[in-house]
Amino acid sequence: MEILTAWLQGLPGFGGMSDQGLFITGAVIMAALMFIVMALCAIVFTWMERKVAGFIQSRYGPMRTGRWHGWAQAVADMLKILGKEDIIPAEADKGLFVFAPLLVLLGSLLAWAAVPWAPGFTAANLDLGLFYIFAASSMVIIGILMAGWSSNNKWALYGAARGAAQMVSYEIPLALATIPVIMHVGSLNTQDIVNAQQGGILNWFILRDPFLFVAFWMYFIASIAETNRGPFDMPETESELVAGYHTEYTGMRFAFFFLAEYANLFLVSVIAVMVFLGGWWSPIPGLDFAPALTFIIKGVLMVFLNMWVRWTLPRVRVDQLMYLCWKVMIPVTLLCIVGSGVLMITMGGLG
Amino acid sequence: MSTGEKNLTGWADQDHVPGIKSELLELNMGPQHPATHGVLRLLLKTDGEIVYEVTPVIGYLHRCAEKIAEGVNYKQWMVYTDRFDYLAPVCCNHAYVTAVEKLLQPEVPERAEHLRVVTAELSRIASHLIALATFGLDMGAWTPLLYCFREREEILNLLERIAGGRMLYNYFVPGGVRYDVPDDNWVHDVLEFITMLETKKIKDYNDLLSYNKIFIERTADVGVIDAETAKAYACTGPVLRGSGVKFDCRRDDPYSVYHKFDFEIPVGMGEMGTVGDCWDRYMVRVREIEQACRIIRQALDTLPDGPYQAIPLNKIVKVPAGAAYSRTESAKGEIGHYIISDGGQVAFRNKVRSPSFCNLQVVEKVGVGQMVSDLVALVGSLDIVLGEIDR
Repeated sequence: MEILTAWLQGLPGFGGMSDQGLFITGAVIMAALMFIVMALCAIVFTWMERKVAGFIQSRYGPMRTGRWHGWAQAVADMLKILGKEDIIPAEADKGLFVFAPLLVLLGSLLAWAAVPWAPGFTAANLDLGLFYIFAASSMVIIGILMAGWSSNNKWALYGAARGAAQMVSYEIPLALATIPVIMHVGSLNTQDIVNAQQGGILNWFILRDPFLFVAFWMYFIASIAETNRGPFDMPETESELVAGYHTEYTGMRFAFFFLAEYANLFLVSVIAVMVFLGGWWSPIPGLDFAPALTFIIKGVLMVFLNMWVRWTLPRVRVDQLMYLCWKVMIPVTLLCIVGSGVLMITMGGLG
Repeated sequence: MSTGEKNLTGWADQDHVPGIKSELLELNMGPQHPATHGVLRLLLKTDGEIVYEVTPVIGYLHRCAEKIAEGVNYKQWMVYTDRFDYLAPVCCNHAYVTAVEKLLQPEVPERAEHLRVVTAELSRIASHLIALATFGLDMGAWTPLLYCFREREEILNLLERIAGGRMLYNYFVPGGVRYDVPDDNWVHDVLEFITMLETKKIKDYNDLLSYNKIFIERTADVGVIDAETAKAYACTGPVLRGSGVKFDCRRDDPYSVYHKFDFEIPVGMGEMGTVGDCWDRYMVRVREIEQACRIIRQALDTLPDGPYQAIPLNKIVKVPAGAAYSRTESAKGEIGHYIISDGGQVAFRNKVRSPSFCNLQVVEKVGVGQMVSDLVALVGSLDIVLGEIDR
């Protein structure tokens, strides 16, 4: 943000602007940028998901639209979905039904504000950055509950109840897994967290100590559950609940859920990159030419890992999911916090 | 984590929060639902995720096939048997042709019988591949679906070359088969495919799905059908064998030339949980694919020369008066055909006993007390096909 306002100040025509004006202009530009990034996420990752799934399942995926490996398929789908009839069920609670997808989208959009793309380049450089991201993304749950409840459909209600239970539960290990890192950094500011990992792959938090390594995988598992993707796609379990909470949604409202899913997927991936995988720092020290690009590439690799898992594993059952969360992952993440803390104290300089 | 021992009787008498009226949620699963494998409708009464009552409602695919049998001649009705179990149509042809030949008593050439066995077993493999694939899909595993369909495609190609069709073959005729082996390569190609399946592909499925930890968690100890229940509900096929009962018509009531071949009957052994759970039923199918491969290899290795039809194709069959019942082992279980003939070109009555119909009824008993997800696993592991249930 500071970089952006400084840059704006240098432009002809912006020089005479007041600080407040500059701030508002910068904020609008940033918000537009984030929204574009999000929309791009959905378009690029739907195409990528199909290609990855195709690769894993020994088929091609889209090959025709746009000539080169069907790159325009996602764009075509977006256009198609825009032209679809927008149906609101007669018995649905109209207000909630219309508002729910927006809330889901808003939840994942808000969280983007604190993501550190490059040194100094964060939409909102908050001191409570990481905390803010978790808080904002938990708004998604309310949207899902609203969607399921207002649809007036039993399957949607099932999906919403499962989704709420799952996401509330998995937010705990998700946040707990990042605590050892926060202890090492001593700050919740996202820029600080990345800056603390300078100096090559060995300084990334994933390789700092064994507990952090475990914490990373705990974070990874929890993040899959948090984004409602296989093997933890309980809320939308295709073969059980038809389509879960978005069963009754059509057209653009459905697309909002879709958009939010992929935005969320990329969000949890970049958080993993930011917290554990060195953010914009390249693995080899001194080779940091394009920090933002490095950051995005790492994020996309994490997304790929997510897709790989999704298209390989069967789905767990809803009670096994809860068991895994409360009886395995939370104790393990707590252990990681303790272990990492003990190492910090005994080994001194590690932190 | 088992839900089996929950007290299910008298739900209404249990202590609920005073002052709050609570009731079971009635849930309509199907006829349009991704996990019911067709147009099956399951009427559920649930308390949250637990199912308290499940009633299968069938009949959405009823096509009056048995009534039609009273209006078309014996050869013409063969095409309707294709449409019973459309995933293993050749097995259904086999069932019907066995019944007709019991009355007709033609001299079926050895070569025809061998070709019948080969195509029926190929069809069985195709059907089992779909069973594995869709069961995996019910468990949320997408990738095995595509792998199984890839191999099924090979079988369809092979059957297309010999029978002309890809899905509905109408390959058998009373007294033989419709076409001979198309060319010299066919036998070789079948053997090659079988070898590939045995050596590589089944291992792939096992690595990817069968021994996957999550898959085992989802299917072991789930939907347990004990041997007594299976017998009481007249379950047959992999469902019965999954419960540990070693019964297979091909061995215990041999028809065609199955007595000549050496094969084993895989049964559920409860390796991962209890005997008769979903994993056992799944695994019985995987092992049956291996056995089917063995049968095909033996049948092709000893394929005799000679004619393949006892009755010319253009001759209308007149069946002597009388009644006959035949039972054969289809991919889904035991198909029975009861034919009454009054000596004409058309059957007086034809009653079909279809395996899926009997296998499905067990849901009513075993599905109670399961979670909704487990019910999906149970229905998936029964491997029903609605064309056969509703006929």
